Amino acid sequence: MDFVAPKIALSGIAPEIALAATALLVLLADAFIGDRPRTLRPEHGSARPGSGILGNRWHLPLLSLIGFGAAVYLALDAWDRVDATGATTQFSGMIAVDGFSVFVKITLAVFGALTILLGHEYLVRRDLEEGEFFALVLFSVAGMMLMASSADLIVTFLALETFSIALYVLVGYQRSRLDGQEAAMKYFLLGAFSSTFFLLGIALVFGATGSTNLYGEGGITSFLATTPAADLSLLVLGAGLLIVGLGFKVAAVPFHMWTPDAYQGAPSPVTGFMAAGSKLAGFAALLRLLDVVLFPLRWDWRPLVIGIAVVTMIVGSILAVVQDDIKRMLAYSSIAHAGFVFTAVIATNDRGISGALFYLATYGLTIVGAFAIVAVLGGPEERRTRVNDFRGLFAAHPLLAGILTLLMLSLAGVPITSGFVAKLVVFGAAVEAGYTWVVVVGAIASAIAAFFYLRILVVMYMVDAEVAEEPKAVMGPLSIGVIGLSAAATLVLGLFWSPLIELAEKATFFAGP
Amino acid sequence: MPITYLLILSSMLFSIGVYGVLARQNAVLILLSIELMLNAVNINLVAFSAMFGAEGVAGQVFALFIIAVAAAEVGVGLAIVILIFRNRSNVDVDEMSLMKW
Amino acid sequence: MSLPDYLPILFLIILSTVFALASMLAASKLTPKRVTEAKSQPYESGIVPETGLDDRERFPVKFYLVAMLFIIFDIETVFLYPWAVAYGDLALFGLYEMLVFVGILLVAYAYVWKRGGLEWAE
Repeated sequence: MDFVAPKIALSGIAPEIALAATALLVLLADAFIGDRPRTLRPEHGSARPGSGILGNRWHLPLLSLIGFGAAVYLALDAWDRVDATGATTQFSGMIAVDGFSVFVKITLAVFGALTILLGHEYLVRRDLEEGEFFALVLFSVAGMMLMASSADLIVTFLALETFSIALYVLVGYQRSRLDGQEAAMKYFLLGAFSSTFFLLGIALVFGATGSTNLYGEGGITSFLATTPAADLSLLVLGAGLLIVGLGFKVAAVPFHMWTPDAYQGAPSPVTGFMAAGSKLAGFAALLRLLDVVLFPLRWDWRPLVIGIAVVTMIVGSILAVVQDDIKRMLAYSSIAHAGFVFTAVIATNDRGISGALFYLATYGLTIVGAFAIVAVLGGPEERRTRVNDFRGLFAAHPLLAGILTLLMLSLAGVPITSGFVAKLVVFGAAVEAGYTWVVVVGAIASAIAAFFYLRILVVMYMVDAEVAEEPKAVMGPLSIGVIGLSAAATLVLGLFWSPLIELAEKATFFAGP
Repeated sequence: MPITYLLILSSMLFSIGVYGVLARQNAVLILLSIELMLNAVNINLVAFSAMFGAEGVAGQVFALFIIAVAAAEVGVGLAIVILIFRNRSNVDVDEMSLMKW
Repeated sequence: MSLPDYLPILFLIILSTVFALASMLAASKLTPKRVTEAKSQPYESGIVPETGLDDRERFPVKFYLVAMLFIIFDIETVFLYPWAVAYGDLALFGLYEMLVFVGILLVAYAYVWKRGGLEWAE
């Protein structure tokens, strides 16, 4: 057998390498620098003396942030090269280096950095261990980034598992919380279950085409170009299973069972990270797979995806209305938002792709802020997360109530917020593609959804004598900074959206065969 | 051996795994059923790989990756099972109902 | 694919649904319900577990920690074997790649060691 050493150009996955290397450094620094109890057993506790507002282990979050900075720098570097020489593939066609992947990577790095900032304060206040948290966030962002630039189904699967396994652990990170343990168990079992379907899909696609590669010679794209339509049934079946697996990760409706439990039981910074990051990563893979590679098969997959989109929007919105817990409510709202993004996926045009990217970026920035507010109000074990616990928030913390109002209005899609612009863009793309009726369903779902956002607002501003315990925000500079940043992004992108949309439009070029 | 036999074996294993996940209450048994499904996919991949000959070596490589990833998944899964067992002294998924809508 | 091409898939879906429902119905109607101790045990392999997951007593969690670590480190040999087989062809390139891989594992090992994951006794 003759072997040709593959040409390895690391620039394509340089951001991922930077993050993974940082994660390893964080683990080593955590174990070898500073004093800490030498035990893995929780009953010994993790008490450490003198944790100030920023803690005495500030070197770990700093190191993590440097890692994210390096990742953004390397991604921008890749953007320049792609701009100059066009999109390419690397690692024997395994990695796509194109505008799409660079845009997603930079957005993910921002989400990750915000999670580090929030997580640091959250963990220090609760006296939880930090090193593993940062390492897991770094690893999972690396996996999410790899999702966006994978040009081979093997890489897609490895990326999916990398970020999922890290998230399973993060969901149950606060080990003393019973609901957290339960959430981790459910998320893990359902996640592992769904990824076997994703794998079976890959196996069927491989059986149909003889390749797992998307663009390369003899890959799926060239197979589709040369095979008559009647011989594609195995490939269509495989593609359907791939949609199931990815639909689970973005919390689309028949596969959404894990979402409310995982969102409720996870520490709030992790919940925000999941809502922002794993949705973006899942949709990045879906967009590349459906709108680019399987574009010739669009008449086959589109009915399925339209069905998912419609059911997701309606079920998510309706079930959110009846929730009492604010984290569960935001979970169902995130399901509904996944449905809105699906309307951009079925458009299969450039406007849909850039619209989906814009939507996911703005939604992520808003939802991270919303969960940051839930975290600062929730108390040490996040027991105060019911809607009624927000009663009288305006009287206690007027500014926080104002910011929460802005974020909720953005999630509802009210003008002068980024959520409004984002909905306009994705619905516009679907109308352009001729799916007006899906948009009408989406508009109805948004109207239903407005109810529960308004419910929080009403409770917040209500002044009555029945307030059992006033909402009390416990926040330090990091939480305040992240909440402020999120609010600023929501407002600014609602007023001056064009720069980000133009960037997203520039990001709609993909690596090709 | 015709590839059909291998594919039938694989789909039977996969179906048994699905049944196990849906019917079992013990988290460890659900974990085992998921492993069964993963191995069914491995058989599937290796069968297709053999069908394509030298062109289809990607299938075998993929099977190796799946084995490795499955081990990592089981590691995390068992850790979560132990965590829950410490608190409740059973791992029955039907009893996990702290959160309900 | 045109619409008639989907007929086999539709047929398969109907058939599998009917089969699944029928067998579940048959199972619930025909089988006698006998709850035996063996059925509720976590491992139905015939070996009687000394301390099973369903027992109320504490079980030595050390075993599980070691087992988990073993799984994670042991499984990496699936990559070492193909590398060893193709070592001649891969030459130095393969060696460097494998050194990176083992280096990453070493970091994990050092972390587990330092955190006391390998200590058996209290």
